[in-house]
Amino acid sequence: MLHQLEGSHAIARALALCRPGVVCAYPISPQTHILEGLEELIRSGKLQNCEYLNVESEMGALSVAIGGEAAGVRSYTATSSQGLLYMIEAVYNASGLELPIVMTLGNRALGSPINIWNDHSDAMSVRDSGWIMFFAETNQEAADLHILAFGIAEKVRCPVIVNVDGFILTHAYDRVDIPSQEEVDEFLPPYAPSVSMDVDSPIAIGTMVPPEYFMEVRHLAHRKHEDSLAMIECAGHAFEEKFGRISGGLLRGYNLRNADTIVVAMGSVAGTIKDAVDELNQEGGKFGELSLVCYRPFPEEALRNSLKNAKRVIVVEKSLAVGIGGILSREIELAMKGCDVEVISVIAGLGGRNITKTMLKECFGRKNHEKTTFLGLRNDIIGDQYRRISNDDC
Amino acid sequence: MSPLTIGNRLAKNVAVQSSSDRPNCLTSGHRACQGCGEALGARCVLDAAYVATKGKIAVVNATGCLEVFSCVYPENSWRVPWLHSLFGNAPAVAAGVAAAFRQQGKEDVRVIAQGGDGALADIGMGCLSGMFERDDDVLCVCYDNQAYMNTGVQRSGATPAFARTATTLPTGNYLGNDAQTGKNLPKIAMAHGIPYVATASVGDIRDLEKKAAKAIRIKGAKYLHVHVPCPLGWGYPTSETIKIARAAIQCGLFPLFEAEHGKIVESTPIKEPIKVEDYLRGQRRFAHLFGKNAPPEALAALQNTADNNIREYALVGGADE
Repeated sequence: MLHQLEGSHAIARALALCRPGVVCAYPISPQTHILEGLEELIRSGKLQNCEYLNVESEMGALSVAIGGEAAGVRSYTATSSQGLLYMIEAVYNASGLELPIVMTLGNRALGSPINIWNDHSDAMSVRDSGWIMFFAETNQEAADLHILAFGIAEKVRCPVIVNVDGFILTHAYDRVDIPSQEEVDEFLPPYAPSVSMDVDSPIAIGTMVPPEYFMEVRHLAHRKHEDSLAMIECAGHAFEEKFGRISGGLLRGYNLRNADTIVVAMGSVAGTIKDAVDELNQEGGKFGELSLVCYRPFPEEALRNSLKNAKRVIVVEKSLAVGIGGILSREIELAMKGCDVEVISVIAGLGGRNITKTMLKECFGRKNHEKTTFLGLRNDIIGDQYRRISNDDC
Repeated sequence: MSPLTIGNRLAKNVAVQSSSDRPNCLTSGHRACQGCGEALGARCVLDAAYVATKGKIAVVNATGCLEVFSCVYPENSWRVPWLHSLFGNAPAVAAGVAAAFRQQGKEDVRVIAQGGDGALADIGMGCLSGMFERDDDVLCVCYDNQAYMNTGVQRSGATPAFARTATTLPTGNYLGNDAQTGKNLPKIAMAHGIPYVATASVGDIRDLEKKAAKAIRIKGAKYLHVHVPCPLGWGYPTSETIKIARAAIQCGLFPLFEAEHGKIVESTPIKEPIKVEDYLRGQRRFAHLFGKNAPPEALAALQNTADNNIREYALVGGADE
């Protein structure tokens, strides 16, 4: 049924339909409205048989979810930015323990300088943590990805982060189709953990693993991720079949056929990129767009297949690895090894900087790009500082 | 009650540990040092809780000696559902386990969070306080050996004044851990007003078992602080763990008491009072206080702490046995 909803409330409604049994909440902008929305659904009886815990920190939040999941109950929490960093030890722990927790990350910049606005730096800080990571393009997809996430997490026995652009999606009102409880129940079976804390068959979870076994554990975690690619793609198809719309999967292409230049991005910026691509094509260009919905596991082969016929790939990424440059662009460069494709790295929208269609069109239309382009950089501001740095003696 | 093993002299007050069918929740074969107070304390607490709940306990363990010596894959000494997550989050994980059991209608399974003083007085204090404040249905047990033993005896927030540790080495005028009394976690727990707080010691096994058995049945947040001497870290012969633990009780430095909703309801009188130096003398971590140039103020300060405890908890001359 269609509703006009704030992104966070659409996510909360979708989550409630997934019947989580343990939800833990700690506030940090911009994810806060999701947990507030869930709380309201629980107190009003719309989500029943769910334990809601207000905890003392993000470390506490994910730790409660770890305990809930280890005791056999579908568990959920949400965080952003500094909150993710504060819980990062538990992030690695949850994936190592193979606990299928689902967590929303309301994407936000990392400080210092402190900044509450959107970019993907927080997500990138846990890209190697062993969690499956999805990026939502719209509020509809943000809601849908949560319905997909529990099933995938529980099948793969791996936690999932659903990335949702802070403010741009979490706080924006949009039309969202919220499915019925019956539909979701048909799509998402109840959680049936293969192992959990059980007095009738006690097991030790989280033992110390010495060098004789550790490599194998890590290898298997990697294999599990690689194997899950096909399953994630299938889940996307199953979702489309059940709900009649496309959400999830690995990648989503736009106008890829005959495109010389394909712009790759993650999250909500894809919408603006598609508008820019449309206008450039009306002006005689040959542009396409490719959204990476599943970032981890990295869909290398699917990416290569989608991009191999392009001459140029422009990666628009909302994060920066200081000292090296773009993260996603380098990963795509590696994926395209052996193909005759130029990969261009465009860093955009850091700390909530607006990304406009005009800026994107100008950037995509350039003949030459710097090694790392910073979109919309204000040279008047950096000029003096840069002179100061370069004048310092070695 | 099960048949008594040979040597049980007090037939009326049989310890779980002396019963032939004690559950051995932490069973033999683990890698703890000889004379480890923590291994003994953990076995006593869990066995007592196991018997009191007819086997319905689940345990969340913080990182530390207790975790490292008990379960190096593929070996495992735990005979109860057991989960190790991280160093600083055991109370929060246990809160999640308890919430999940409640959600499944399995509240008869009682949840224990356990760890050392480093895990609970220091790095996990936030999670512990949160668990208390929410009154989660968890018994948190701190095995206090008064330093970070697993990493090589470094000072913790619970290290007593003047103790020598790897990071408080007495040299020159420096007398070891700066004059603090060690973070008083039982009082911090009491300040949360939770239903039950108690201190116990491996120097009094029956008292320890009694408190563990009582605590595990209470609904809400409970805290049990167990004094567990460490032969390696404290520097005494491995055969003297119980003797040292008893001396700590007898001198007044480790008072045994119970508190309900923030108020002390019971304290255990000292049977045979001793001076603090009789407790300290046998431990290498305090040896520098007995050297020929040692200033007498250090011993006096520690005796003062004990005297204050004796007054505050009415440990001597109060209720007679």
